[in-house]
Amino acid sequence: MPQVIFVHPDGRQDAIEIAVGASVMQGATQHGIEEILAECGGNAMCATCHVYVDDEQIGRLVPMSENEDALLDGTAAERQPTSRLACQIEVTPALDGLLVRLPDRQT
Amino acid sequence: MITPQVEPRDIRQAPSSAPVSDVDPFSDAFFEDPHPIHEALREAGPVVYLAKWNVFAVARYAEVHAVLNDPATFCSSRGVGLSDFAKETPWRPPSLILEADPPAHTRTRAVLSRVLSPAVMKQIRDGFAAAADATVDEIVARGRIDGIADVAEAYPLSVFPDAVGLKAEGRENLLPYAGLVFNAFGPPNALRQSAIERSAPHQAYVQAQCQRESLRPGGFGACVHAHVDSGEITDAEAPLLVRSLLSAGLDTTVNGIGAALYCLARFPHEWERLRDDPGLARNAFEEAVRFESPVQTFFRTTTRPVELGGVAIGEGEKVLMFLGAANRDPRRWENPERYDITRRTSGHVGFGSGIHMCVGQLVARLEGEVLLSALARKARSITVSGPVKRRYNNTLRGLESLPLAIEGA
Repeated sequence: MPQVIFVHPDGRQDAIEIAVGASVMQGATQHGIEEILAECGGNAMCATCHVYVDDEQIGRLVPMSENEDALLDGTAAERQPTSRLACQIEVTPALDGLLVRLPDRQT
Repeated sequence: MITPQVEPRDIRQAPSSAPVSDVDPFSDAFFEDPHPIHEALREAGPVVYLAKWNVFAVARYAEVHAVLNDPATFCSSRGVGLSDFAKETPWRPPSLILEADPPAHTRTRAVLSRVLSPAVMKQIRDGFAAAADATVDEIVARGRIDGIADVAEAYPLSVFPDAVGLKAEGRENLLPYAGLVFNAFGPPNALRQSAIERSAPHQAYVQAQCQRESLRPGGFGACVHAHVDSGEITDAEAPLLVRSLLSAGLDTTVNGIGAALYCLARFPHEWERLRDDPGLARNAFEEAVRFESPVQTFFRTTTRPVELGGVAIGEGEKVLMFLGAANRDPRRWENPERYDITRRTSGHVGFGSGIHMCVGQLVARLEGEVLLSALARKARSITVSGPVKRRYNNTLRGLESLPLAIEGA
């Protein structure tokens, strides 16, 4: 299974294997990554699964939808050019090794 | 109560292999204590047939979640109550969002999503928090209060109608109108019939408030109408979308906040944890929504023959989803009967799931969070101080009265 690396705000890293077809959010919540709240359960409505994708890797992702773009304007932690919602990143074999940084707050 | 096999009955269509149940989920006995019946329905099978109303029903998390997330098969445009709009005239013009399917739903949903977006919540947050502080200051000063009238109703009424942009006159119609809407999803029982019989003044009030000229500039209502100017919705659609805010935006949060107060008053250990860390307020509210499920049920209608949980269901069948039962399904939740304010609640279906998931969920969470946070900071104890009375509604689970004694911190 592809691996996704989560970097906590304190610098700790967790490498997690996530099934192809699942979202990065689903992988994170199943493995107890506490910084990912996902209050809406993955329906792209709440912006509480905000992550910062590694600068070098943002180009690996499918571009975001208009809806995700609008939701990111409401994140609790500051929006950056590499901000994405983890529920909208579907894991594929090509994303193996993806590194995402977790914000210090989601609400 | 639950029979394992199909028995000869006077039912419209014998279900293929679903266990048949005599349970009436719209009866006073059910409203008083749904949990043992939920358990029996979950244990009976993934899909059951309710002979009383001739509908299929799902009470396990997996099937409830599956139905919610397959809107092409389980549609909403034939009504999300028992009444099938393909066979009966709806009691009011159908909702353009709740009672609609893609692609029509996609467009109207996008408008309300933007009106109630995370970015908008940032703008209203401070005002909602200040109002919560004021509500809690007042109840702490009084000491003995009714948690429903004085908090669960008073707080949302102090923020939501203003946020929508409603004028001051006539707001007493809002809760009766919402009660009517949620009773009307139920079967033609006394609750539904009497609510509809008394509905004329409330309907007239709501219809008038939904017009552009009635709504204060800058409020949610005016923001809906502004999307007419950008061509996303028509003049005729905007008032109906404002109506959705008034139908579903108030009574739901009233019952959500009421649920949270009732939980915190009943489970002193969780109240102490909240006092120790008021930062848990938001999750304490979310867990109350899972635990009590203020919106208990919704229906869908099948658009084609489908097999669900091994049961064949024909086209045009109503399927009742027990959201409250799914939220306590031990197949999905550890210790589901426990109110735990640090539980990972993500995935509960108290706000639904999928394309129809509550569009106002962010407003609900904001109200719940700031109210519980104020309570945790300003009160030392909160205890039930008198007889608790349940309010009966075909869809909403909540209380009529919750006498509370509150000590200041």
